Amino acid sequence: MAKANKKTKRLIIRAVVLILLALAIIFSIVSKDKVKVLEVGDKAPDFELVDLEGNKHRLSDYEGQGVFLNFWGTWCPPCKKEMPYIEDYYKEFTDKGVHVLSVNVGEPKLKVESFRNQYDLTFPVLIDKTKDVKEAYNIQPLPTTFLIDKNGKIVKILKSEMSKEEIKSYMESIQP
Amino acid sequence: MSKIKCQCGHENPFGTVLCEACGRPLTEEAEKSQVVDMRYEGSARRSQTYNKSIIDKIWNFFSSVKVGVSIIVAVLVTSAIGTIFPQKLYAPVTSVNATDAEYLAYYEKTYSFFGTLYYKLGFYDMYNSWWFKILIGMLGTSIIIASVDRVVPLYKSLKKQRTKRHVSFMKRQRIFGEGKAADPDESLMKAEAALKEMKYNVKMEDGAILAEKNRFSRWGPYVNHTGLIIFLFGVLLRGIPGFYVDETMWIREGELRNVTGAPGYFLKSKDFKLETYTKEDANAVFGEALDRNGPIVKNFQTDVTLYKEKEGSLPGSEDLEYVKDYSIVVNKPLKFDGYNVFQMDYRLSELKSMTMQLIEKSTDKSFGEFTIELDDPKGTYELDNGAKVELLEYYADYDGIKDGEPVSKSPIPNNPAFIFKMTTPEKPKGEKSFVAIQQTLETEENAYKVKFVSADTRDISGFTIRKDKTLYILLLGGIIFMIGVIMGSYWNHRRIWIQKGADQQLLVAAHTNKNWFSLKKELNAVKDASELPAYMDRQDKESKDERQEGAES
Amino acid sequence: MGLANISATLLEISFIAYLVATAFFGGAVKGAKSEATYRNNKWGTIGISITIIGFLTHVGYFITRWIAGGHAPVSNMFEFTTAFGMMLVGAFILIFFLYRTPSLGLFALPIAILIIAYASMFPKEVTPLIPALQSHWLTIHVITAALGESILAISAVAGLIYLLKNIDMSKKSRQRFWIEFVMFVIMLVIGFVLSSSTFKLAGYEAEFDYIDKNDKPASITYNYPPLFGMNESVAKSPDTMKPWVELPAILNGKTLTTFVWSLFIGSILYVLLRLIVRKRLAEFVQPLAKRANSQLMDEIGYRSVLIGFPVFTLGALIFAMIWAHEAWSRFWGWDPKEVWALITWLFYAAFLHLRLSRGWEGKNSAWLAVIGFIIIMFNLIFVNFILAGLHSYAK
Repeated sequence: MAKANKKTKRLIIRAVVLILLALAIIFSIVSKDKVKVLEVGDKAPDFELVDLEGNKHRLSDYEGQGVFLNFWGTWCPPCKKEMPYIEDYYKEFTDKGVHVLSVNVGEPKLKVESFRNQYDLTFPVLIDKTKDVKEAYNIQPLPTTFLIDKNGKIVKILKSEMSKEEIKSYMESIQP
Repeated sequence: MSKIKCQCGHENPFGTVLCEACGRPLTEEAEKSQVVDMRYEGSARRSQTYNKSIIDKIWNFFSSVKVGVSIIVAVLVTSAIGTIFPQKLYAPVTSVNATDAEYLAYYEKTYSFFGTLYYKLGFYDMYNSWWFKILIGMLGTSIIIASVDRVVPLYKSLKKQRTKRHVSFMKRQRIFGEGKAADPDESLMKAEAALKEMKYNVKMEDGAILAEKNRFSRWGPYVNHTGLIIFLFGVLLRGIPGFYVDETMWIREGELRNVTGAPGYFLKSKDFKLETYTKEDANAVFGEALDRNGPIVKNFQTDVTLYKEKEGSLPGSEDLEYVKDYSIVVNKPLKFDGYNVFQMDYRLSELKSMTMQLIEKSTDKSFGEFTIELDDPKGTYELDNGAKVELLEYYADYDGIKDGEPVSKSPIPNNPAFIFKMTTPEKPKGEKSFVAIQQTLETEENAYKVKFVSADTRDISGFTIRKDKTLYILLLGGIIFMIGVIMGSYWNHRRIWIQKGADQQLLVAAHTNKNWFSLKKELNAVKDASELPAYMDRQDKESKDERQEGAES
Repeated sequence: MGLANISATLLEISFIAYLVATAFFGGAVKGAKSEATYRNNKWGTIGISITIIGFLTHVGYFITRWIAGGHAPVSNMFEFTTAFGMMLVGAFILIFFLYRTPSLGLFALPIAILIIAYASMFPKEVTPLIPALQSHWLTIHVITAALGESILAISAVAGLIYLLKNIDMSKKSRQRFWIEFVMFVIMLVIGFVLSSSTFKLAGYEAEFDYIDKNDKPASITYNYPPLFGMNESVAKSPDTMKPWVELPAILNGKTLTTFVWSLFIGSILYVLLRLIVRKRLAEFVQPLAKRANSQLMDEIGYRSVLIGFPVFTLGALIFAMIWAHEAWSRFWGWDPKEVWALITWLFYAAFLHLRLSRGWEGKNSAWLAVIGFIIIMFNLIFVNFILAGLHSYAK
């Protein structure tokens, strides 16, 4: 009886060790030497940037409201395409509690201003001069848009150009 | 079935070759052999006991040294194949986020058929392939299981060994001698003293001596295997986010920017330096080398200032506090908070600013010069005599005209272009002009033009940012490995058995796991001190022959 | 006379000393009648004394060059290979005093001589250090790694002696073929040294412009009459031989030319020698190995792996990783040179396991030791010239 027990115990130990080792191997194949990246469901990191008029904007200022956070550059063709659509819905959704914050990634003020004037943008345009916020949000391709709900949680991360309809439905999705 | 009882009364586990206590051969094979196999003391490997379920079979598979060596050879061969052509990482494919097709094209173009095959078989990224990782994993598994299976029985049998061994054990040792002694007891006493002199642990009981030395060296292999496992474990941990940061960044002279991969930290590049050896400043002996090779780089260096975001301030607020000044040099990374910033790359002479002048075309008269800072151009430049130039548009990396408007393909000033509005007292309404490098476009014939005078450039430093929390684990693994391998290699476990036989006989046997030469030297010393019988090394037939030859001649 | 010149002279002295010492070890082996006279032969004593003198001048070369250049002389192919030869002799001296066997000297010294001769075919001037090499780890890593490799090489020498002694040369066998092949390879190295120094003495140079594998223009100087041209090469020097064929960009015509010339001269040498001695070369040198004790050679082979393996691990892997982390920001990058250090390490690990657990002794073990040396040489020669990588500064 005791012997049988010992045998079972040994079998279980062996099975556990082998399974652990197999899991370690699988983990090494699946994992990809990566830094921690923001994901849907995470709290959006707070930041403080200055817009073209010199007003300070903090993400936390908009708590209780949805934030449509768009990262862009003047040289990027898809950014140019979606800007007018964002402008189209900006007014409408501001009243519904969705704010647009558009962050230019470190370009000269002159350039950003002329771009804004060219497209008649009225929403706040912030410049991330030290690329600090870009870093905090792990922005790789431009444009990238973060949809942030009233609790400050990231609802969706979009890493490509959006159509007019999409922009509308995304804004609706973060309406408080 | 599961225990083997020896004649001496000791119960041995199944699979034992030599009795743990007295050393009597327990298998037919051992009994027949001239010199018994002393690896693991003839103890039973644990896995030999069971061979029933699938788990046991897998276990036994990894427990085998033959399998272990096969895995080592497999890793060796695959590693070698991976060096035939450059790996993906070193392939000079231009774009940063190159697609698979670009890699294929590279291998195809450079190495033709074999390159394509190399790519198709996945050898171009050998060390990240799933099967290479499986091989390494199997190696780790084999190290763990084979060690555990051997170290426990070995420990037990070394612990249980008796001073007095069975004659059959003595006779089957590689070094063995027997003969009559004048006074066996006195010989034993003298031998004991001589052995103690040589730092042996000597046990004497019942007319038998067991002298043992450096038993700890037997644990060397298991210690070094532990080190290897710790090392592999450390490598595995790098897959967990946050344990490992590996980023690159470019920073221009004068620029202040966030450190990629290190949120909350900022670097300002003050200066990038590239120095080469000159015949004047370098040691005279280098002259010949400089003549033959041309210039040799002496130093790459970026002088930086490190800043940190103030406690409680937000990203983007630029509310920074000074941390330190540092010169990042190859081999001397900047270190802070677990991060290392390495000088890895550089680009020289990117445009920083351009100086222009406003000229009246007909007279070549200048209204003065103005300088455009390309990373922060101003809107208006006031000039002499009431003239001014307004910068209406700026394209950093001008790429032709698309859909009726000039476009820039990046924010980097590789090919700057401008739209100016030139106003003078004569032309108060102003004239517009598009100016790019080697190109000026005007909507209608202008009286004035903006002419390029000179440009200022700056250098860019390429840094790699690393944070690796696993380094200490890896180092620990390395240190343990070294301790183990030194224990096992530079010391050896030696044992000498001496016992009384029937009528005045003395039996001598000796064993070591390596370095028999030194063992024999020590044994000779004991023999001379205590009149032991002559012994024989049964694996060395030649010395015996030579000795006989010597005696004859 | 500057330090650099003194250094060069010291190296020449040690080269000659090794040649002379080899002759004395030969005398010791020939003259020995019994085990005892073989061990304590006066020829052997003179041999080891001259070896030590040679080693001391060799160390003198190393130190004076270190002072002259301001950094450890291990930063290019000439310096590294010469240092490797020095450590090989050092390792031999150590093993000699442990085991007192002249046979080892008779084989180890000629190999050291060949290595030094090979080294001196490379540019010998003192080169300043590029930024990546400006680190005390250069000294620590390279010297430890070379030391480990040289001790491991002694095991190959012992293995070679064991094989020469124990392979039956009168019967056709695979082993007889391969040991002869080893002899042939040694002839090739001699062929390389002879041909290279002949053309160098004659001052031969042929310069070409060509297009490299990244489609960039480059130029190259041949020291041999070019048999193989580089990709789209155009001769710049007049009166040079026109290459037989032009190679695609991935192959280096200069390396191949050098190889073929060495093969050519080496083969002629081999055939000539065989015609003169009318025997297989392995059979011809066999009497020189006959005096050695097989058991002792087996043990030296094993022991030197045991001594060398930890040193090699420390130098070629652990120190290498620490330095790689300081200089290149990663401790391991699968660069060909790194991979071949790992391969060498894995190979000797397999050697130890086979020996410890599977009882591979005698001929098996000796062959493994010889193969291990081939891997080390492969790492030193081929990896630097054929498989380009971060370590290619060693060119």
